[in-house]
Amino acid sequence: MNIIVCVKQVPDTTVVKIDPVKGTLIREGVPSIMNPDDKGGLELALRLKDECGANVTVISMGPPQADVMLREALAMGADRAILLSDRKFAGADTLATSYALSGLCRVLDYDLIIAGRQAIDGDTAQVGPELAEHLDLPQITYVAGAKLLDNGNLEVEKENEDGVQVLEVEGKCLLTVLASAFDARYMSVSGIMEAYDKEVEVWSADKIDVDEGKLGLAGSPTKVFKSFPKAMKAPGEVHEVTPEEAVELIVNQLKAKHII
Amino acid sequence: MDKKDYKNVFVFAEQREGVIQSVAFELLGKARDLADALGEKVVAMLLGCGIKDQAQTLIEQGADEVIVVDAPELKDFLSEQYSQAVGQIILDRKPAIVLYGATTIGRDLAPRIASRLKTGLTADCTKLDIEPDKDGEPEFRMTRPAFGGNLMATIICPNNRPQMSTVRPGVMQKMQRQPGRQGVITEFAPKFDASKFKVKLVKTIKADKQIADIAEAKVLVSGGRGVHDKEGFDKLQALADVLGGQVASSRAMVDNGVMPHECQVGQTGKTVRPALYMACGISGAIQHLAGMEESDFIIAINKDKFAPIFSVADLGIVGDLHKIVPMLTERIKKELEA
Repeated sequence: MNIIVCVKQVPDTTVVKIDPVKGTLIREGVPSIMNPDDKGGLELALRLKDECGANVTVISMGPPQADVMLREALAMGADRAILLSDRKFAGADTLATSYALSGLCRVLDYDLIIAGRQAIDGDTAQVGPELAEHLDLPQITYVAGAKLLDNGNLEVEKENEDGVQVLEVEGKCLLTVLASAFDARYMSVSGIMEAYDKEVEVWSADKIDVDEGKLGLAGSPTKVFKSFPKAMKAPGEVHEVTPEEAVELIVNQLKAKHII
Repeated sequence: MDKKDYKNVFVFAEQREGVIQSVAFELLGKARDLADALGEKVVAMLLGCGIKDQAQTLIEQGADEVIVVDAPELKDFLSEQYSQAVGQIILDRKPAIVLYGATTIGRDLAPRIASRLKTGLTADCTKLDIEPDKDGEPEFRMTRPAFGGNLMATIICPNNRPQMSTVRPGVMQKMQRQPGRQGVITEFAPKFDASKFKVKLVKTIKADKQIADIAEAKVLVSGGRGVHDKEGFDKLQALADVLGGQVASSRAMVDNGVMPHECQVGQTGKTVRPALYMACGISGAIQHLAGMEESDFIIAINKDKFAPIFSVADLGIVGDLHKIVPMLTERIKKELEA
């Protein structure tokens, strides 16, 4: 079985801070990490490899620095890593990104594509399903479990608001995976040694099967009109008082708002 | 493609097990504003099996027309079946705007449709407006949090139609229901291509749902790290009980297993906007604020006077919740008995 895993290098948004004066993101000192849901997806691929044998290729689109993340994926146990890196991809929204990735998938041999549910810098959860549609593959999102059945089909657990759907899929498909369901393994020492002997292949747009007019900014239906720091509402009163006085203040407000 | 051919604001009216979800009514409320600003109509798409008789409810909540697809293929949500039906409706009716709930169903379906129709989609919007563009033409602007809630971004989709977005449940306001409101109900029969139905439902395992939905509560008494443990949450529960509300939680107390995930407020939990939100022992990480700052009235109790929660609180109390909350509960009991 050949598995493609889509991964993205993201800033760790849990430590991103906003410059309170300029209202811009402070990027210095923010570590770049493998997106957590994507890492969960890689873990699922590696478990399938452990159980039934598989060839795992990790792919990513991004700047040359993403090489580090792909080496981490190799050290975890992936067999091959390809980085799509070309100025022609710049400014891509989710549709243009998924289109570029589809062009890469089309020239690779695969039985299964795994992506993370969403990336923590954009939180859109759109690239996976959009990629599935470009490739005309069935999709299952919010995946919390998957196993190969004797008939060659996959049985997949999909989480939703009411519980879990158990689904069976026939033939090639694309899954988007929840990090919470797959505790990712650490890199092994031998894995790290081997990862630096392996090559991270860097591919430009002319190596993949795409119409270049549909890449990057030109291929993106959505545009950022503006971005701005979140407007903070004016803070109310803050009181340092005894518990008795605090109760009094709260009760008066609850009465004024007709809550009691 | 001529943009002028695309008209009206469509809403995907999500139902689960035959029950129209609250988010569908919230979307209709927003769609009503947008359609009125454009001088166009609100059209709801209701898909399922045996759901036809619920179309009138959508009209009473703001739809001018309901397109019903009632088919056995649509009994349970499956991506391909629903994508075929919704995709065909959109190609046939050419809406200017399509809104979906940012639920597990909406976030599965909407990108599939966007890719099929080669159009733009903006995820998890918290604000949708019609504003004049540089030529004075009405432009649809979609605003959403980015970078884990650290920034806001306004997105436009200038040259492709329809313009589509998913909207988080709990963010938009429903319209007051108008019983007897008139509208059109249209049935639509898609041409299903069953050869593409590669995913089948084996079974559904329902989660044990003892907990009422916090997004529906009028009063939330919410606890964070400062509550310490289960016993601490018992104090919050007693206060919630006298106020007729529910208990909610920050992410920290879910991650450490004290509270269930269903109670979590914030970026990775639920968005809530109750009449009263009482934040007890919650420091107020930006991810938490993103889920509750639209509440009508916010009271915060925290020992640390520099806690960021105070920046969104209407009334802030620097103090020990373990003392204040039980005293407050007793006092409110007396007030209500008087």
